[in-house]
Amino acid sequence: MSAPGTGTLQKTKGRGLARWFRRGPWENVASVLIALGIFMLMQPFSEWLYGWSFSVILTGTLGFVIVSHFPE
Amino acid sequence: MSGGAMESVADAAARATPKRVAGRLRGLSDRAIAWLFISPTIVLLLAINIFPLLWTVYLSFTNYRANQPGREVKWIGTRNYERLLGSEDVWGYMQATAHFLVWTMVLQVIIGLGLALLINRGFRTSGFWTTVILIPMMLSPAVVGTFWTYLYQPQTGIFSYIINTFVEVGALNMIGSVSLAPWAIVIVDTWMWTPYIMLLCLAGLRSIPPYLYEAAEIDRANALQKFWYITLPRILPFLMLAVLFRGIENFKMFDMVVELTSGGPGSTTELASINLKREAFEKWRTGYASAFAVILFVTVFGLASIYVKALNRVRS
Repeated sequence: MSAPGTGTLQKTKGRGLARWFRRGPWENVASVLIALGIFMLMQPFSEWLYGWSFSVILTGTLGFVIVSHFPE
Repeated sequence: MSGGAMESVADAAARATPKRVAGRLRGLSDRAIAWLFISPTIVLLLAINIFPLLWTVYLSFTNYRANQPGREVKWIGTRNYERLLGSEDVWGYMQATAHFLVWTMVLQVIIGLGLALLINRGFRTSGFWTTVILIPMMLSPAVVGTFWTYLYQPQTGIFSYIINTFVEVGALNMIGSVSLAPWAIVIVDTWMWTPYIMLLCLAGLRSIPPYLYEAAEIDRANALQKFWYITLPRILPFLMLAVLFRGIENFKMFDMVVELTSGGPGSTTELASINLKREAFEKWRTGYASAFAVILFVTVFGLASIYVKALNRVRS
C-alpha cells in the first residue's frame, strides 16, 4: 500500500511531464529550426551561416522525428 | 453487398484455397497472416529504399570512387561534409537553387491565386479554360525542357518574337545569357506548375461557404475586406500545402533544367541536384557526392516533415 498522497504526487509529476512534453509546441520548435537551417543553407550573405546550416537542419529534422512521438 | 452474398464469396475463397495451404494457415493468428502478406512489400522496401539510403550514409564517410572498384576504401570521417560546407562553389549552387526556388514560388502563388479567383467567378467558358490552363502540368518535364529550348531560340523562337512585339530588344538569347538564363528556367517552371497552385487554390475557394460573403455584404464590407478577412484565411492552408509541395519538388529539380540549359552558361543555372549528378557520375567522387546527397536528403526530409504537419492541419 502506498503512502498517503503518493498517488497524487505521481499524478502531479505525470501531469507536469505531460505539460512539458506536448507534441504541438515542440513540433513548432523543430519546424522553425528546419526552416532556419534551410535559410542558412541558401542565403547569399554569410559563409559562416552556410557552414553551420546542415547541423541546424539535422538537429531540426531529428528533433521533429523524436517529438512527433510525444503525446498530443 | 448483402450478408448472404458476402458469405458465399468467403466460402468460395475458402474452397478455392488449396488444402495444403489452408491447413498451414489454419494454425496462424490473424496478426501472423497479416505479417505474411505485408512481408514481401517490407522486404522490397528494405532492399530498394532503406538499404541504399544507409549505404549512401556509409559511403559519405569514405573516399570511395565507383569507377575504381579495386581501390582501397578509406574511412575519412566527416571530411566530405566539411569540404561541402566550406566550399564556395557548392554555396553558389545552393544560391542558384534558392533563386530558382524563391522566384518560382512567388510567381506561381501570385499567378495561380489570380487565375483561381478568376476561374472561381464561374463565367460561361470557365470549364474550358480550366482544362486549357491545366495542360502544361500534364506534360513530362523533360519534354517541356526540350520544346522550350526551341521556343527560346534567339533567331527563330516565338518567345523572342513576342517580347520584340512589345519591346524592341533584338534577338533575345535567354539560354545563352548569364543574366537571363536563371530567369529562363524560372519562366518555364512557372508556366508548367502554376496550374497546380491554381487547382489547389480553386479547391480552397470552392470550400468557402457562400453565407460568409452574404454576412460580409450585410456588414457593408468592400471587395478588399472580403478577400482579406474571408478568402485569404480560408485558402491559406491550401496555399501553404501547395507551396511546400512545390518547394520540395523544386529543391530537387533536375530533368527540366538539364534539358533546357544543362546547368549553363558556365554554372549559372547549375542547381544542387545537377551538381550532385556531375560529382557522382562525371567526376566519380562517389563518397563526396554521397555526402552531398545526404545533405539534400535531410533538407528534403525536414521540408517533408513540415509538409505532413501542414497536411494534417488542413485535414483537421
